Amino acid sequence: MRGLSLIVQTIARLMAGLLFLYGLYIVLHGHLTPGGGFAGGVLIAAAFILMSLAFGSVEQSERSSYVFSSVFESFGGLVFVGLALAGYLAGDFFFSNVATYFTGRPLELVSGGIIPLANIAIGIKVGAGLFAIFLALGASQFVMKE
Amino acid sequence: MVPFLACVLLLLIGLYMIVLKRNLIKVVIGFSLMEYAVNLFFALVGFKREGLAPIITQAAQPRNFVDPVPQALVLTSIVIGLSTTALMLALVMRIYEKFGTFDISEIRRLKG
Amino acid sequence: MVELYLLLAMMLASALVASETKDLLAAAVALGLVGFSVAIMFILVQAPDLAIVQIVVETLTVVFFAAVILRTTHSDETIGATLGRDIVLPLVTFVGFGVVVLILVPRVFSFLPKFGTPVMRMAELYIRHALEYTGAANVVAAIILDFRGYDTLGEATVLFTAVVGVLTVMRRLGRKAGGH
Repeated sequence: MRGLSLIVQTIARLMAGLLFLYGLYIVLHGHLTPGGGFAGGVLIAAAFILMSLAFGSVEQSERSSYVFSSVFESFGGLVFVGLALAGYLAGDFFFSNVATYFTGRPLELVSGGIIPLANIAIGIKVGAGLFAIFLALGASQFVMKE
Repeated sequence: MVPFLACVLLLLIGLYMIVLKRNLIKVVIGFSLMEYAVNLFFALVGFKREGLAPIITQAAQPRNFVDPVPQALVLTSIVIGLSTTALMLALVMRIYEKFGTFDISEIRRLKG
Repeated sequence: MVELYLLLAMMLASALVASETKDLLAAAVALGLVGFSVAIMFILVQAPDLAIVQIVVETLTVVFFAAVILRTTHSDETIGATLGRDIVLPLVTFVGFGVVVLILVPRVFSFLPKFGTPVMRMAELYIRHALEYTGAANVVAAIILDFRGYDTLGEATVLFTAVVGVLTVMRRLGRKAGGH
């Protein structure tokens, strides 16, 4: 996939950092302000897509991007199911909010038990998954060479 | 009732594009339009006049919120709509590589 | 609420443009316009969670469409071609279905509560107990991750399936593009 001109590359380098930071902010404050895991995850994927469109890619870096995003997506899914099982193993029903009893006061950043951790897991999963979909649709010359 | 009827009209435009268009990209756009219509209908059902967004800002305040349950249902539906559209686009691109065209009459003729 | 009606009109107009234009890239941009007017309508009905998700998802949808169109034929399509014989049955079916829907829909919608006055029977419990049961201040996040966590688990599964499906369909077994 060919990259774009020098002006686009300079601006993309500045904007991708800001997009990633803003997506991370939306994910982490998902239990206090509107947003949450899904919106922040898609925004993180948009930061990676911007870098990949502006700089192009060669075969080696594409394959490593694939492996990278697949590993992260599976990791996010496993963390989410693990959090749901943690409620089950702690003696309560499946997906119960076990950590409400020993985390901070409400309306602060550290509050809400399992909810911020589940937001982070969903953010990682959605971001990596959508980046993998874009690589397959837009730059799929050497997808999985087996 | 007028906003609800507008959602039904958008649903019918999407259905028209799925059934009567001969280009595969237009069919996928029609699926996307139908999903937007259903999501908008759900969000409009839960609207309360003089209601606020469902975010609690202070621990003790009178809460006059709009209905948060349809919003929770639509939130996952929007992301599922994106993944469905992406999968359909992947299939359409493979069909183009095999047959060389997006026109379904040509594809039916070439498939033989 | 006059802005809501103006946005509904713009949404319907751009949907008609997306269906009748000849250039495929213009159809994708018109789809983006429909999505953005839906996002602004989400803000007007006091749903900021949905508005954020709709804006970013709409941007990615237009990017995916453009990626597919620009790699294949972003030229025009057969819109003025002759209407063959296999358009009669879909046309009759669609017109019949549309007429039935447009006759029955106002009667069905008269059973719904009026626009602006919802029946908040289930929401009373969630709103009253969201802060003390879960500790989260965002009621929608508390609903999708604590009260109704199974739906989020199902959505994560659907997203995973879609990613696996796309990567399987677009897999090349060791050949470059265009060498089928």
